Amino acid sequence: MQADIPTLTRADITDMLYHEVGLSRADSAKMIEQMLGHITEALRKGENVKISGFGSFILRDKNERIGRNPKTGVEVPIAPRRVLTFRASQLMRQRIIKGA
Amino acid sequence: MIRSELIQTLANDNPELSSEEIEHIIDVFFDGITHHLAKGGRVEIRGFGAFSTRFRDARIGRNPRTGTQVEVKAKRVPYFKPGKEVREHLNIEI
Repeated sequence: MQADIPTLTRADITDMLYHEVGLSRADSAKMIEQMLGHITEALRKGENVKISGFGSFILRDKNERIGRNPKTGVEVPIAPRRVLTFRASQLMRQRIIKGA
Repeated sequence: MIRSELIQTLANDNPELSSEEIEHIIDVFFDGITHHLAKGGRVEIRGFGAFSTRFRDARIGRNPRTGTQVEVKAKRVPYFKPGKEVREHLNIEI
């Protein structure tokens, strides 16, 4: 269950950069866009992305398997695919346990 | 890709910024996410994914080396759900 605090969005993080780094709001938004773009591009090329102190974005290749439509019970093949998982760093895990 | 490579790539995109400034930006970004999760909140970055935490009940664990039982306290653990765009991106053949 999540605490009753608002979800942090891209706009909020843009504001954080504006206040803490002193970039304009437009430049803050641009930096976030570029950062996410580079991370996504590395993942698209099949590279894992490791941000020390934060965590790792890890790609996993799934084989084809037979699934079932839960509503109709009809068997359908699920194509082999690549999925993205996130493994949080020990530091993040500790901070979340401590709540600070 | 690791953190230092991300910094380098962003530095190339933004020659007007020093690598210290880029590093600061990256730290504020990732620390901001961690801090919000630690407070119990959720972080949603449209197009990329959402970070949240999930509750794990207390359980009896075992030290895998010695086999002794240990009590594992209830805790919250981080969770990431990739966004639709990213998921689709991963399955496009190059």
